[in-house]
Amino acid sequence: MELLDQLKEKIKERLPELDVVIGWEQGFDPLHATPLFMRTEEDVDRLVFSPLCVHNLASHLTGLKGKKVGIVVKGCDSRSVVELLQEKLLVREDVTVFGLPCTGVVSLKKIKHALGGLDKVASAEFNGNELKVSAAGAARVLPLNEIAADKCGRCQYHNALLSDVFVGAPVEAAAEDNYADVEAFQAKSPQEQAAYWRDAMQRCLRCYACRNACPMCVCRDHCVAQSREPHWMTQQDTVQEKWFFQMIHALHLAGRCTECGECERACPVGIPLLLLKRKINKEIKELFDYQAGTKIDATPPLLSFKVEEENINERGW
Amino acid sequence: MAAKYLKKENLVSWLQTLAKERLTLVPRREGDAVVFRPFAPGQDIPLDQQATTPPKAAVFPQCEPLLAFKYAKDPENPGKVGVQVKEKLGDTPSVVVGCRPCDARGFLTFDRVYDSDRASDLNYLTRRRNTLFATLACDEPASTCFCNWVGSGPADAEGSDILMVPVEGGFVLEPVTEAGEKLMEQAPLEDAGDKAALAEAVKENAAKALGEAPDLSQAREKLLSLFDNMDFWEGVSAKCISCGACTYLCPTCYCFNITDEQSGAEGVRLRTWDNCMSYLFTMEASGHNPRPTKAHRLKNRVGHKFSYYPDIHDGHIACCGCGRCIKSCPSSVDIRQIVLQAIAASAASE
Ligand code: SF4
Ligand code: SF4
Ligand code: SF4
Ligand code: SF4
Repeated sequence: MELLDQLKEKIKERLPELDVVIGWEQGFDPLHATPLFMRTEEDVDRLVFSPLCVHNLASHLTGLKGKKVGIVVKGCDSRSVVELLQEKLLVREDVTVFGLPCTGVVSLKKIKHALGGLDKVASAEFNGNELKVSAAGAARVLPLNEIAADKCGRCQYHNALLSDVFVGAPVEAAAEDNYADVEAFQAKSPQEQAAYWRDAMQRCLRCYACRNACPMCVCRDHCVAQSREPHWMTQQDTVQEKWFFQMIHALHLAGRCTECGECERACPVGIPLLLLKRKINKEIKELFDYQAGTKIDATPPLLSFKVEEENINERGW
Repeated sequence: MAAKYLKKENLVSWLQTLAKERLTLVPRREGDAVVFRPFAPGQDIPLDQQATTPPKAAVFPQCEPLLAFKYAKDPENPGKVGVQVKEKLGDTPSVVVGCRPCDARGFLTFDRVYDSDRASDLNYLTRRRNTLFATLACDEPASTCFCNWVGSGPADAEGSDILMVPVEGGFVLEPVTEAGEKLMEQAPLEDAGDKAALAEAVKENAAKALGEAPDLSQAREKLLSLFDNMDFWEGVSAKCISCGACTYLCPTCYCFNITDEQSGAEGVRLRTWDNCMSYLFTMEASGHNPRPTKAHRLKNRVGHKFSYYPDIHDGHIACCGCGRCIKSCPSSVDIRQIVLQAIAASAASE
């Protein structure tokens, strides 16, 4: 049986005991999938799973508190569920995880570059390791490794790390992540780095899609960026203010960010936000040997206290 | 003035001339986005597709100081504190070149709100009167375009001062207003000749490519009849993450917040974009929030555009069909689908 059919069957089995199961369905054009909230068997029939299923559906979990929720997760998505559980932001019994093996999702931005735009896509079809698209009257074949999301190229957890129901055959491969992108960026001079972010942040709209798409950003409606009482941040649209918010987001995610990349994917003006989060995660890994959402019984470093940290030389200066 | 022809290679020299007298805003590629920025010689001007953001900020900035204030003690009577207030108005003559018909039409929705018998917003009006639009007609609509659903089309000149129709080798420029005609006089133009017929063909093809528009005349009533049907709204909003991407990219969304940003004895009163998808938008001082969930908020976004606004503005739909809220939504929420579903849902329940 095809993976998708198995998954549908498993979801249908569990549906009676659940309020809703979150998966994906086809979106407004052949290249866009969109989250699907399944309540009936007919809904389940609309389910899809392909490299177009880019969304981390775990971002919806904390908004469904008190409900019995099923969720379909890829490897990376499962890390967010694990981290949410570690932080006791979810009740384990309320969540039913349908885990999948995943060989990678696409980056719509890369496809956009390859096609020169996404406005006129007429068809898209996966064939082994290729995507066949026709757009604006021309047909193209794009190798998957050229259009895969960056995070997939360094993925160490292709298979859902947590699942109540696992469907399909586990993927054997696992890549290394040496934070080469962060190193490369840091090789630039401080002036170049500052100029890069000044340029990028200039077009920030303060729309907070980055924040609301993040599975671990749980304050949302009460975020310091917008609170009026107290009025923590000015509403100015200066680069300084926008950058300030990104620093707040990055620091509030220190040791919590699972690098799903939703912040960056959600940004309507394409600001490369994941780089900031990866910089912090690199430090967290070096200091605490910790990767968010990979071990369900580990305590996140910033939720714990040790008198002597192994990798921090407290009185050594 | 009749339609004229502008060779592609002469576009920059025209922009250069315009930029001497007006702030000239053109599309510019920044990272993965295309945004409107002041014209700068030597920079690429991507005109092949709709910009990521609309030129909304040209008339309605993301953030603008309305006034500066300063508290000062009265030297005669130190117990008394007075306040000096200085109003600020943006009146820089501007022109937007290369926006799309939907972008320019967006301001028609603003006009009915900020320039009415009941209220006229001086800051808005000053900018509005000082800003012209040389709009590029669309030769090939995107999959998200639906301007024809809301009474418009890919060559609609309403709200523009010049319509530029892209043809082989350049543009056929049609003056729409007197001000637009003046701008055209500054361009190195040629007679349109047989290019005029080409331009007509471009317009026709684009209109055809959009296909038949569904009948939205029922939307007003149907959306209203669904107002208390929270099951419906919870269903269509389930995947929405309640951010501000859709509204801040929308050429017709005109809502704002006002904050006094004070430091010491002085400060500014800022007007910044705000949006109905935000929880705090309707938060009342009492702590009550009439739109506590994203379902309430998405109901407002769709309802306002397709029902409540048309209801008090002669049927004018407060959406120009640009499709940005669809293509830039992190969850691909499709406003077209919601409107159609609303029409169908209430038909079924009748
Ligand atoms: S900060 Fe970005 S990458 Fe990290 S968990 Fe949040 S959305 Fe994912
Ligand atoms: S999603 Fe992008 S534009 Fe919106 S607030 Fe975040 S960084 Fe700014
Ligand atoms: S519809 Fe999309 S863009 Fe708008 S608030 Fe919801 S998630 Fe954000
Ligand atoms: S509601 Fe959406 S399609 Fe309509 S004008 Fe606004 S952004 Fe464009």
